[in-house]
Amino acid sequence: MGKFIGQSIKRVEDKRFTTGHGRYTDDIVLPNMTYAQIIRSPYAHARINSVDTKAAAAHPGVVAIFTGKDIAEAGINGVPCGWQVDFKNGDTMKEPPHPLLVADKVRHVGDAVAIVIAETREAAKDAAELVEVDYEELPAVTDPYKAVQDGAPLVHDEAPKNMAYDWELGDKEKTDAAMASAHHITTLEFVNQRLVPNAIEPRSAIGDYDATNDKYTLYTTSQNPHLTRLLMCAFVLGLPEHKVRVVAPDVGGGFGSKIFHYIEEALVTWCSQKIGRPVKWTAERSESFMTDAHGRDHVTKAEMGFDKDGKIVGLRINTWANLGAYLSTFSTCVPTWLHGTLLQGLYTTPAIHIDLVAAFTHTTPVDAYRGAGRPEATYLLERLVETGARELGMDPAELRLKNFIPPFDGVNQPGYQTQVALQYDSGNYEQVLKKALEIVDYDNFRKEQAEARKQGKLLGIGISTYIEACGIAPSAVVGALGARAGLYESAQVRIQPTGKVSVYTGSHSHGQGHETTFAQVVADKLGIALEDVEIVHGDSEAVAFGMGTYGSRSLAVGGSAIVKSLDKVIEKGAKIAAHKLEAAVDDLEFANGAWTVKGTDKSIAFGDIALTAYVPHDYPEGLEPGLDFSSFYDPANFTYPFGAHIAVVEVDKETGKVTLKRFVAVDDVGNVINPMIVEGQIHGGLAQGIGQALFEEAIYDEDGQLVNGTYMDYTMPRADDLPSFETDRTVTPCPHNPLGVKGAGEAGTIGSTPAVVNAVIDALSEYGVKDIRMPLTPQRVWQAMQNGKQS
Amino acid sequence: MGIPITVQVNGVSHSHEVEPRLLLAHYLRDVLRLTGTHIGCDTSSCGACTILVDGKAVKSCTMLAVQADGAEITTIEGLASNGELHPLQKSFNEEHGLQCGFCTPGMIMTATDLLANNPSPSEQEIRHALEGNYCRCTGYHNIVKAIQNAANTQG
Repeated sequence: MGKFIGQSIKRVEDKRFTTGHGRYTDDIVLPNMTYAQIIRSPYAHARINSVDTKAAAAHPGVVAIFTGKDIAEAGINGVPCGWQVDFKNGDTMKEPPHPLLVADKVRHVGDAVAIVIAETREAAKDAAELVEVDYEELPAVTDPYKAVQDGAPLVHDEAPKNMAYDWELGDKEKTDAAMASAHHITTLEFVNQRLVPNAIEPRSAIGDYDATNDKYTLYTTSQNPHLTRLLMCAFVLGLPEHKVRVVAPDVGGGFGSKIFHYIEEALVTWCSQKIGRPVKWTAERSESFMTDAHGRDHVTKAEMGFDKDGKIVGLRINTWANLGAYLSTFSTCVPTWLHGTLLQGLYTTPAIHIDLVAAFTHTTPVDAYRGAGRPEATYLLERLVETGARELGMDPAELRLKNFIPPFDGVNQPGYQTQVALQYDSGNYEQVLKKALEIVDYDNFRKEQAEARKQGKLLGIGISTYIEACGIAPSAVVGALGARAGLYESAQVRIQPTGKVSVYTGSHSHGQGHETTFAQVVADKLGIALEDVEIVHGDSEAVAFGMGTYGSRSLAVGGSAIVKSLDKVIEKGAKIAAHKLEAAVDDLEFANGAWTVKGTDKSIAFGDIALTAYVPHDYPEGLEPGLDFSSFYDPANFTYPFGAHIAVVEVDKETGKVTLKRFVAVDDVGNVINPMIVEGQIHGGLAQGIGQALFEEAIYDEDGQLVNGTYMDYTMPRADDLPSFETDRTVTPCPHNPLGVKGAGEAGTIGSTPAVVNAVIDALSEYGVKDIRMPLTPQRVWQAMQNGKQS
Repeated sequence: MGIPITVQVNGVSHSHEVEPRLLLAHYLRDVLRLTGTHIGCDTSSCGACTILVDGKAVKSCTMLAVQADGAEITTIEGLASNGELHPLQKSFNEEHGLQCGFCTPGMIMTATDLLANNPSPSEQEIRHALEGNYCRCTGYHNIVKAIQNAANTQG
């Protein structure tokens, strides 16, 4: 632990947020700005016969209207997909275009048909109502399993049977053999329901074309402004990248949904050039529901084989993944490389195979949502293990301990090679589970449960253990898996002449607190004050390049890039210090903000070296002036946080309502820079994972209407739905990055969902309930109890 | 045609002619440029736009600007006095009660109303009071702690 590293330093960015001075995209007003309203399809699938904009164009205040025809005539491409996953037989993935505005056919409710630009938001809205679109409604399909059956309505003519690709991983033959010889097979069929990420800040974008300099600026609610710039310039609008600046200012939450390059970003940029004025679009919440990429949506048949002692001998998975109407930026890698690869979990399962079909449907595109693939993998593993234990008459904690991969630190013991392509970096899985069991007082719980039953109360306990893969890299490996981007990060550390430090990071903070955490790392490494460090992010003009923030990668990848630049600063500083101290570089040591000649009291402070670097009068011969370094860090491997979560619930016998009494989370995210921030990340993740278990689901009807597309209808956890959380951690450092950190952003979401469901099933054990489809609403739980009673 | 209104916002009197349909939230953001009041939904469900109207917490998207004629309004920008942060503004920082910051102004304004009426609320009372405010980042855990902390400081 340093002066700052490992300390719960209060966040330096808070003041602007607690005083109302945050600067979010919709807060920005530019001179002469116009406002856009997008005309969206009310149908899931329809042919567009005509679009009549005459009445709208005549409405007072309207500046311009563009339709799908205009976009097609301008030769603008659709938004691209960033990851190619080909069919098992080698055929290329089906990748139909996702145009900025559609001209011929709409493919989901919310598909964009036209854009109205006006002097005010109200005028744009009024005029939008006057645009007449003649639709010819067509049959729709919304379920990924039904979509790939014969005769299902086609989303894209070029994708027969609505298949984007099919995919497999693991050894099928070995798995089939293992299952055939298993003593017991536990089978579950799941729907891992569709979720809406629901960052509280709706998406927003402002395009601002500067004709004098032929320069474009896009302000957008993005988790990765540089990637948005690259995709928009190179693939959509064909603009020269050096003429385009993308700014992601304060962003009000993302959870994955703001990673992707959305049509509206390119649309406002293009429109701004067309009309010569800034164009702002801000989603209303109902638009967010229809157009922010959704998450999850898998239909799965899962089988786990056990031997007579409860050792897992095989795992066989068949999944149908819903990709929605178009391939969103990272959609294709989520059910495959972020899901199939996690099926080893924490267990020594010797044979694993997954077969997966990715389907187009007439629904909003699906992409990475907090956890992205890893919650789906964890859910099926942990439900299988728990159900298997029940069927075998074993304690679920014991069954897990029996099957855990033994501890390994990745240094003295090698990493663990899984059956599904990954090599885990380091882990101690027993330790987290034992700690969680101890906190919850597992041994006593069963007594308490029995007592409660006597009083007619249904108490239940549910365990979940998980592993996740974060900071996915190195670039060469992800490239081989189909990624069309590198997954490194960049950082520039600029020492100012006065010794103050500006750090330009390609990571983007939208709640994670980088301005504090990264500053802690820099201040500690340089031995300077925290307030002497400024973290700059979110502006492609200020930061040279970046791959952004998602997949819990910021500290592991972005932080490591900063450390690389700091190392270069210290190395060069030592040369200057050696000259000033008239000593050899090798005789110096750098600590507490000064270079000292070892064994003497001769030293020179960091600030003096900074000044000397910029005023190089008395300076080493041949050395360049300045102290300013950029680095790109491409990790050697993913990082693998893990943990154990335990939920205690009470189910109301009369109503089926589930009350979460306790939630214990013990997570191991490697080294921790700021425990307060890490705990905050865990809390938020838990709430979202619990939300999936108990409350949340995006529901489409047969016609493809999103029937709960508002906050009145889509249920997210509110303050009084949750208890205070009991969090703790163990520390197993990552062996392959300089900070030893693994990432904490998604852990809570990944581990919590199955713990809650397992607890409810445990509470209902006397009813013989094997499974309940999520979310576990009172109605579903009550129904399961009634069905259980009857049987 | 616009309708004339006069409102007192954060101690300053403002007079404007506004469209009858203009929401108070939009009046604050677009006309007065007080963008600390955020808009997160169309259904008065998220609470990001919560302000104080005559001392009571109100979702400013549920009110028309014309209905605020003659009212005294406090927004997040007006909570600190003489450069001194309000105890809730401090405690949200101390307890890490915010992450992305988008729901924060609404949370703080709601909590201001709560503590004005119930200076030492229980955890359950706090959670109940926050029912109208969504936070997607914190799981509410530290928001509850921040409000408890402010209550202790004020008391």
